[in-house]
Amino acid sequence: MCQVDEHYEEGLERAEVPSVSRKCVKCKEAEATVVIRAGDSFCRTCFREYFIHKFRAMLGKNRIIFPGEKVLLAVSGGPSSSSMLRQVQEGLSQNAHKKLRFCPGIIFIDEGGVVGQSVEQRRRTAGELLTVFRAAGFPVHMVPLEQVLDLPSSILASASLASKRTASSYKVAVDRFVRTDGGSSLTPQDQEVMLLPPVNQSQTQALQQLMMSATTLTARQELLNTLRLHLLVHTARSKGYNKVMLGDNGTRAAVKLVSSIALGRGAQLAQDTGFSDSRFGDIILVRPMRDYSAKEISYYNYLFSVPSVFIPALDTKTVDKSSIQHLTEIFITKLQADFPSTVSTVYRTSEKLQTVCRGPSTPEHTTRCLLCVCDLDTATEEASAFQATLTSEQLSVGPSGAARTETQRQDPVGLNQAAPPRQCCPSGGGAEDCGRAASGGGCCSSARLLVGSDLRSLLCYSCQLMVKDLASVESLPHYILSEAQRRQRRSQMRDEISDFLLGDDEG
Amino acid sequence: LTLIVCQNSHVYYIFDLSLCSGGAELLFNGVKEHHVTLPSHSEPWDIKQLLVWIQQNLLKERPELFVQGDSVRPGILVLINDADWELMGELDYKLQDQDNIVFISTLHGG
Repeated sequence: MCQVDEHYEEGLERAEVPSVSRKCVKCKEAEATVVIRAGDSFCRTCFREYFIHKFRAMLGKNRIIFPGEKVLLAVSGGPSSSSMLRQVQEGLSQNAHKKLRFCPGIIFIDEGGVVGQSVEQRRRTAGELLTVFRAAGFPVHMVPLEQVLDLPSSILASASLASKRTASSYKVAVDRFVRTDGGSSLTPQDQEVMLLPPVNQSQTQALQQLMMSATTLTARQELLNTLRLHLLVHTARSKGYNKVMLGDNGTRAAVKLVSSIALGRGAQLAQDTGFSDSRFGDIILVRPMRDYSAKEISYYNYLFSVPSVFIPALDTKTVDKSSIQHLTEIFITKLQADFPSTVSTVYRTSEKLQTVCRGPSTPEHTTRCLLCVCDLDTATEEASAFQATLTSEQLSVGPSGAARTETQRQDPVGLNQAAPPRQCCPSGGGAEDCGRAASGGGCCSSARLLVGSDLRSLLCYSCQLMVKDLASVESLPHYILSEAQRRQRRSQMRDEISDFLLGDDEG
Repeated sequence: LTLIVCQNSHVYYIFDLSLCSGGAELLFNGVKEHHVTLPSHSEPWDIKQLLVWIQQNLLKERPELFVQGDSVRPGILVLINDADWELMGELDYKLQDQDNIVFISTLHGG
């Protein structure tokens, strides 16, 4: 048996060497410079063509971006989003029939305050990026992440769904666009540049405090993603953009798919990793870089000198196991090194995912998660893994567990008791106090405190986990807390008047 | 990271090592380009030996974030004279005078 195995391994290794050819597989003439997939090596020129074509093909195939539409490019300065910016530039400079027909703008969100950069460093980074953006000639919006603290709570309200546009209406729109002005309106006008406004030191501190209140790096990264997304969508809305392009590449999509499952976001996978994401209704998030691997992008950026700026992230120079997201990335990258089709297999899976709508639901009745704005996945029947997790959690908290299960029966979602209210037990260590307080005890009386204990009922499973890792719910930005209060008042009111309503409105 | 290397008794090897963006330069005191001259050696240098040498002479911190085993950490790309190192024999590539070696980190956050 052993011998058979050995022969097999030798055969494998020998087969590997000649499979790499030194000539480009496309033109079969020039020397190859890049190996994209196992055995597929391209020369410089063919690689460039392939790369540029793929971007346009991705947009053409999906027919989501209509001609003349305003599209906001979310550029962080990293390799993928910088490469995306370059692709849009390339697309707009193509000749007529290949030309991209939308009006791009750029947004850069400065997260320097969160990763501990000094004001000076942040200014320098912004300056470097501004040079790049000015060269592109599109409108630029530079926004510090601190502005997330001042968002209106309307950002979280379920937006009215935009009218459904179909494939046929896409064709009509393209025809009309070609007939009327043939894209002449897209000639660059005066470039609108919104510079980074000076940031108030106290706001930076408030933001840092919020981030530090997350006790794990996993929760901190999730929180940052959530806040960034809210700010992106808000800026897009207020500046009149309909679409936001994100720079997530295929490797990132694969990592996100696996880590999302680990984080309990299985129900939201399709929206989190798919090509387009319409959770915000009127603003659609698009991920046109999904078809490129991180390797392709890095090569492209290097070979064609796409400028990118290195900005440290929360997980820079941390150990492998610092967070679920980071560990997943290491896992996928390691696997990819030995099995080169890992990433493509995983991310192609995400293309096939769809969220099943549970029954007919009108927009105002669908309940959305307060933070990630996806449909709530917590309204499951009693015999589900989610309920089992809850019950087990409640039982293991301590003696007051029994009392809670009692109260839980009256509450269909059954989460109200588990989250710690504010002052009486900020760290979650005083679990028994929580139980008492929630079942009518004295320490929490004001309406505001209701937020802390009931916040979890407004969240999806994964966001509940994140909030559980926050030392204090009170440090969440005001727009989140006030929207939570509003929703609670509404549901209270609905409970109060429910006896007087006719049967069909059980939300 | 740009690296210039080496002299034999009569041959001078000069390498440009570039750690291009992606954050890999963080482990090298933030210096992106190194011109390195490698010490003389009885046999010609290959990438495997070069990695050991980099680890001993250039890396300022956390070597495990750059080298793992006797190869680079998964997620770090290597370009030899602007070509994928997979085309050049990877670790067994024999360095030549004036070679330009580039390391790019594709990992999130460098």
